[in-house]
Amino acid sequence: MSIDSTLISNQKVAVEIKSSAFNIPALILSSHSIVEIKQQLQKKILQAPEFFKNSPLLIELHELTEQQVEIDLRSLIKTLRSLHLIPIAISGATRKQNSIAIELGIAVQTKHILIEPPVVEKIPAVEEVTEKIESIEPLTKTVSEIENKLIMQPVRSGQRIYTKGDLTVLAPVNPGAELIAEGNIHIYAPMRGRALAGVQGNTKSCIFCSDLQAELVSIAGVYRLSEDFDKSLRQKLVQIYLHDQTLLIKKL
Amino acid sequence: MARIIVVTSGKGGVGKTTTSAAVAMGLAKKGHKTVVIDFDVGLRNLDLILGCERRVVYDFVNVIHNESTLNQALIRDKRCGELYILPASQTRDKDALTEEGVGRVLEELSKDFEYIICDSPAGIERGAHLAMYFADDAFIVTNPEVSSVRDSDRMLGILASKSRRAEKGEEPIKEFLLLSRYSPERVKLGEMLSVDDVQEILSLHLLGVVPESKSVLNASNSGIPVILDEQSDAGQAYSDIVARYLGEDKPHRFIDAEKKGLFGKLFRGK
Repeated sequence: MSIDSTLISNQKVAVEIKSSAFNIPALILSSHSIVEIKQQLQKKILQAPEFFKNSPLLIELHELTEQQVEIDLRSLIKTLRSLHLIPIAISGATRKQNSIAIELGIAVQTKHILIEPPVVEKIPAVEEVTEKIESIEPLTKTVSEIENKLIMQPVRSGQRIYTKGDLTVLAPVNPGAELIAEGNIHIYAPMRGRALAGVQGNTKSCIFCSDLQAELVSIAGVYRLSEDFDKSLRQKLVQIYLHDQTLLIKKL
Repeated sequence: MARIIVVTSGKGGVGKTTTSAAVAMGLAKKGHKTVVIDFDVGLRNLDLILGCERRVVYDFVNVIHNESTLNQALIRDKRCGELYILPASQTRDKDALTEEGVGRVLEELSKDFEYIICDSPAGIERGAHLAMYFADDAFIVTNPEVSSVRDSDRMLGILASKSRRAEKGEEPIKEFLLLSRYSPERVKLGEMLSVDDVQEILSLHLLGVVPESKSVLNASNSGIPVILDEQSDAGQAYSDIVARYLGEDKPHRFIDAEKKGLFGKLFRGK
């Protein structure tokens, strides 16, 4: 136990700072044309609208900076937000762009050295940290914005349903279909496809299904194939949950 | 406005073209002006099944690329004046089909015809996609075996999400199930999926069951749609299917094994 925590041990801990790693999609720009970027992004988003909706984004500007091309950061951010993306940080930008970013509440990642001559008067590290913490706020907000989904139509082979919250299905899920949720999954009909709950790592997520015939079930990345299901569980009402990194199936 | 019907399945060899030809002929014989389009560009077959292969001059791809008019490409059936065929090109591939071109041809046909039947190629790629994209109704042709059922299920998912109706948020495509090559005797022996087994996965409106029959192969080889063979069980099954599609109430046949009476046994012994 560290000294700090012993000192405040009789107090209730309100804040804790830990280093944690998020998987955030990076937008690597090789053009400075906002129109072009917007068009190509729209195409990408159309392929998986639910996946990109309110997704945090890191903007990588290395290539442009190396080519000494400066993109209009303000309109880029505006465009991204209009596409329901949430830019949270930029990387590899020029000094001027960095200060614009901070003005816009976007964090600056300065791991890589810029082409510009090194500036003696560096922005104090502390300031940068506070900026970063502030700009993470919108991210946590989107995570807590739970989006539950209710499906009434049969889920056919090859269809894939993703939701950030809980997923409830009132129609059969056929072989080759995939249900993916960051929260729990409930199926009140024959379940013959795949169900993956807690895909962002929530080990408390559960899968409930009234008629277990699934090909595969998974919680927070721990999965089990139908081959390994106990025969007595077939076509039964069950709860699937994680206990000490082990996937358990319990008859209800 | 014409009603656009796609005959599709995902899997190949289940009887899409046989069904397209039979249903088109059935509708035309009931007095509805019908056109049947072969979307299987590069693997043209519909003209053979309908017995007009020697009358093909221009084709669907020519019309799409404005190399001929629609009237030049349409072939009128010699047996039934209400039936027209728009054949596929044998020398091109599916990339010759464009969404804009297919849309334009269908729109033009809609003015003159009551029913447009799109005979889809197998698979879920471009040809199959364009065949179903503009559809109002879908006939899902399925054989009573697991891979066909799964492919049909996949196709149904695509109809529900990738069609024009789905993209525009309109009323979804009406889906009908046609179970073909069905053999009640083999179902009884447990060698074949039953109607109920198939419906457990697909749960669709069953338009009819077409029994496995020698008459289908005979009809195909001689270029006569099997629906014109009124003596055959497959021909009768297709007549029922057309009638049911048009709203007539016909009890389902060919689902259960025929009970062999004394005469049946005697004759079978011969």
